[in-house]
Order: sequence, then C-alpha cells, then structure tokens
Amino acid sequence: MMQDALAAYAVEARDLTRRFGDFMAVDHITFRVRTGEIFGFLGPNGSGKTTTIRMLLGLLRPTAGEARVLGVDVAREPRAIAPRIGYMSQRFSLYPDLTVDENLSFYGRAYGLRGRALARRKDEVLTIIGLARHRARLTANLAGGWQQRLALGAAILHQPELLFLDEPTAGVDPVSRRNFWRLLYDLAGRGATIFVTTHYMDEAEQCHRLAFIHHGRLIATGSPGAIKRERMQGQVVEIICERPEVAMQALREEGVPEVALYGQRIHAAGPGLAGRLSALESLLKQAGAGPQAIRIIPPSLEDVFIANVKHSIP
Amino acid sequence: MFAIVAVHLHRKFRKAVAVRDLSLEIEQGEVFGLIGPDGAGKTTTLRMLAGVLKPTSGRAVVLGVDVARDPEALRMKVGYMPQHFSLYGDLSVLENLTFFAEVFRVPRGVREERIARLLGFAQLERFADRPAGQLSGGMKKKLGLACALIHSPQLLLLDEPTNGVDPVSRREFWGILSDLHLQGVTIFITTPYMDEAERCNRVGLMFRGDIVQQGEPEALRNLAPGEMLVLYTSELMRAEEVLPDFPDYLEHQVYGDRLHVFTPDARAAKPRLEAFLASRNIAVQSLYQDEPRLEEAFVHLIRQARAEVE
Repeated sequence: MMQDALAAYAVEARDLTRRFGDFMAVDHITFRVRTGEIFGFLGPNGSGKTTTIRMLLGLLRPTAGEARVLGVDVAREPRAIAPRIGYMSQRFSLYPDLTVDENLSFYGRAYGLRGRALARRKDEVLTIIGLARHRARLTANLAGGWQQRLALGAAILHQPELLFLDEPTAGVDPVSRRNFWRLLYDLAGRGATIFVTTHYMDEAEQCHRLAFIHHGRLIATGSPGAIKRERMQGQVVEIICERPEVAMQALREEGVPEVALYGQRIHAAGPGLAGRLSALESLLKQAGAGPQAIRIIPPSLEDVFIANVKHSIP
Repeated sequence: MFAIVAVHLHRKFRKAVAVRDLSLEIEQGEVFGLIGPDGAGKTTTLRMLAGVLKPTSGRAVVLGVDVARDPEALRMKVGYMPQHFSLYGDLSVLENLTFFAEVFRVPRGVREERIARLLGFAQLERFADRPAGQLSGGMKKKLGLACALIHSPQLLLLDEPTNGVDPVSRREFWGILSDLHLQGVTIFITTPYMDEAERCNRVGLMFRGDIVQQGEPEALRNLAPGEMLVLYTSELMRAEEVLPDFPDYLEHQVYGDRLHVFTPDARAAKPRLEAFLASRNIAVQSLYQDEPRLEEAFVHLIRQARAEVE
C-alpha cells in the first residue's frame, strides 16, 4: 500500500454519524486533524466523544458519513490502520501484579514485537516516559501519575503515527499532569499526531486546536485563543459585595444566565452584561447586597465552553 | 468558632508517614480547599477528620467532638463523601436516599420532606425512580452529595467529589456547594482542579503529609515567583537551556507549546528577553505578559518544596 508519510491530515471526518436505535450519538460531524497536531476533543459526558473515537479506531461502523484515518477509510479497512495507531482509554488496563517491564513486554508482544527489537523498543519507551529507573517495580506500587505514564508507554511501543487518548489524566494532580503533557509535546515533536479528550480546561488550553461536541454535534472548532476570542456569547463580570447571597439571588431573578460564587466574589456571565454594569450596580444596591466593586474580566475557556453548551441545548 | 481544630495530627501506616504533625483551624462557615500532589496525604487527613481512621498521635476536634474518642458521634454529625462513594447501583435514587436516612437515623416524621428537598436541591426529581447504576457520572456525584446531606450536617467533608465529571456538571455541583455555603454549612474539600480551588475561601497546599502553605486563593496565587511572560518559540528546548543565563530570570515552566518565564518585572524584562533570545539565535513567535494563575503558583510551590527535601 502506498502511504504518503507527509499527508496533511491525520484524521478527516465528513458527516460522520452514528445512531443507536432512535438515539443520535454522533450527528453529521465534519472536522480535520492536521498531522503532528495535538487536537483536543471536548464535550460533556454523553456528548458523543467516545463514540466518535470508537468509529475513528475502526471499532464501530458509522451509520452514515466517512472517516479517513491516516488516509485510510476506516469503515472499509479497519485492520489496515490498527498497527499505525495507539489508544489509551479512560480505564487503561495495566496489570497491577506485573512489573513495569513486564507490562511493557506484554503489550509489546501483543503488537508483534519480539526479541531484540522488543528489548530495544522497551528501553526507548522507558527513557521517553522517564521510568527507566523503576522498570523492576510492581505496577500496583506506582503513584497515579506514573501509572498514567506507563499506560502511555504501552500505547506508543509500536511507534504509532496517531495516538488516541481518552481522558488520560482524570484525577491526576497538576504537577503530574504538566509532566504528562510535556511528554505529549515530546511525541508531537517527533511527528506523532495526538487526539485527546479531557475535562481539564487548563489542558485544553495546551492543545493546538480544539473541537467542542455537544449532543453529538460540533458546536465550535479552532485554536483555544480563537475560541475564547470569537465564541464567548456575552461577557463575564466579577462582583465583590458585602452580601453575596443577596446578590446572587438578585442576579438570578434578573435573568443573568450564569451566576457562580468564587470564594466571596461572584462571577456573572451572559450576553450584553458589559453594557449593563451601572444598571447591575444599582440593582445590587437596591437589593441590599452592598456592591463594592464590579468589573469585566476575560472569560476562561471553561466560561466559553459552558456558554456554548448551554446555548446549544436543542 | 472553629468547625475543625487539628493539633499535631500524625498518621503512620507501618513505617510510612502519611500525615506529619499537621495543625489546622477551619472556621465555621468556611469553604476550605485542600490541594497537593498525589500521595501528599489529603485523603488520610480527611478520613481522620471524618472519624473513619484513627490518628497515630495528635488531636483533632471536629464540631466539638474529639475524633479519636468518639468517632461514632462524629460520623452522625458530619457529612462525608469518600472518593469512591458507594451507592447501591440496583436501588433507585429514592431508595438510596431512604437507605441513608435509615443509617443516619433521620426521624420518620421529617424523612419524606427532607428527601423531597434534597431531590430538588440536586435536581434529581425527574430521576427518583431510576436505578443509581444507570445515572450519568455527574448525576451519581450529585446523588452521593445528597446522601451525605441526609442528616443535615453542619460540616461536609468531600474527597475529590468531581473527579472525571465534565465542566458543565462540575459547575452544577459547585452551584449546590455555594448554596450550602450561603446557608452556613462548613465545607472541607480536596480537589485536583485548580479552578475549583479558586472557588474556596481558603486553600491549603499539602506536601508530604503537612500543609506547607495556606491562605486565600489570591494570596496563594501571589506566591508565584514574580511576574510572568508567555513565550512562544519553535525552539522550545533550546530556549529552556539558555533561559537560566538571562539576567532577570527567576524560573520557567513549560505549558504545552509555550514557556512561562518568571521575572521580577515583566514590562522591563520583555525587551531585554527579546534581545537576549535574538543574541542566542532563538526566534520569538510571540512574547507577552499574563497573570499567573493558581496553577502556576502550585507548580512553583511544589517544585520548591521538593527542592528543599532533596
């Protein structure tokens, strides 16, 4: 088979659709992932992320539409791409009673690596994931962040061109997550394409490009910066006042869509708030909330995500 | 009045020290967030405060009850939601709540009304008859919280209650916590999410068994080393190598495809850093000042704490 090593896109989905009975899990989504890019796929639980990944992996047939992964139509030739992609699922299955080294041997053999090639590749992977000194340790005794790195190591043993990572860092502390992301950048720097789902917005900020999916539909795509600039529906206002509970009540009654408490400060978000600052202030005064400061703050990626998801509810 | 007072709290598991000589005061009505790397001792601390694990030494008084002397009385007073909260998957939402009402001896006269109120509170009315095992992740967490609230506790101890929950459900969960806070309930919560830590009144950073920093989120954020410049360059690795030679350099952190460079005065350092990188033949794509977040401070403080130990 001819393979164009420098194909511009690692993933091309066109009108990709999957229906389960009456339920539209994935509804005509179209997007492309560039080769060498870290692509973040975000969405609430049940929005169609995992179904999309399963179709891209060739594990699930689309009801309609097409997905080309590394240039191959996955529905037609699911086997052709298997050796070229890596997958780390939400619940990656490492064997806790095997050592680090034994786990890698197990997965290496599953990918068809043997003998000297396996030994050499294990050494390389252990260096990449920074566990060379711990290869004899029992997997069960590794800290959470290290287990994640080992699972990533198992997924890259066969040097895949494209990696699918489904919530790889759930429940891992910020320092370990930074180290994990550094590894991802390392892999991308060596030419791998990375398709990752996450619920951490600080991780989403580190992707080259993002796609938001909700109820099976794509509602936004672009770089994190562009999405924050272009997709925020409304503004975020920070309010400091004497009686936050009174202020929150008054803002909700006024119909402000998002009202959240941050310590003693309130973040209110919604369309047109920037033009209503003085009106909001007098509203809070009248309600007896004792407003002290009110200002517009830049939206976080999470603010944008929530605003888009809430507005797209069918 | 303090909801929690811990003095020289210590817990060993065989030879390993999980919590080391920890002292802590939490005021009534506070939302206190405990953050720290995996294995720092957050869960062990919470379990001792909930009365489910005995301290090796030291004392903790929670809602006026000594945790070592009367753990049973304590368990009836606090709402505790462990990381792996066990709901009964084949029981319905309503049956789960009724079960916990029984365990916590909620008087029959008030039971029905309270369950109805909690269902409303957690926005689970429509799902009252659904087996708990068939709820989404976010709804399971809300049911777990409702169960922990069944006996109207004045203190909530929550161990990473939003792990693996999507941002929309997390906001909903925090909406409920804010309401409880405004009603005067004290909340002690551990979390790996820095944006959640920003929503607390006070945050404690735990490292190797002890709280090494605590304060309001703003105060902790200010512990980031100086001001921050964000640097985009295609030669990230080389930039990392030469940066420590930059005269105004304090620290740097890799964040995805960019570097966070810390310096005492970002505005003054910016043109100097541009010139410095140019002199090393490193092309700058973009360089601008940004506010450090709690996350940058966290990474810095943990690095510092590790350097002191090693």
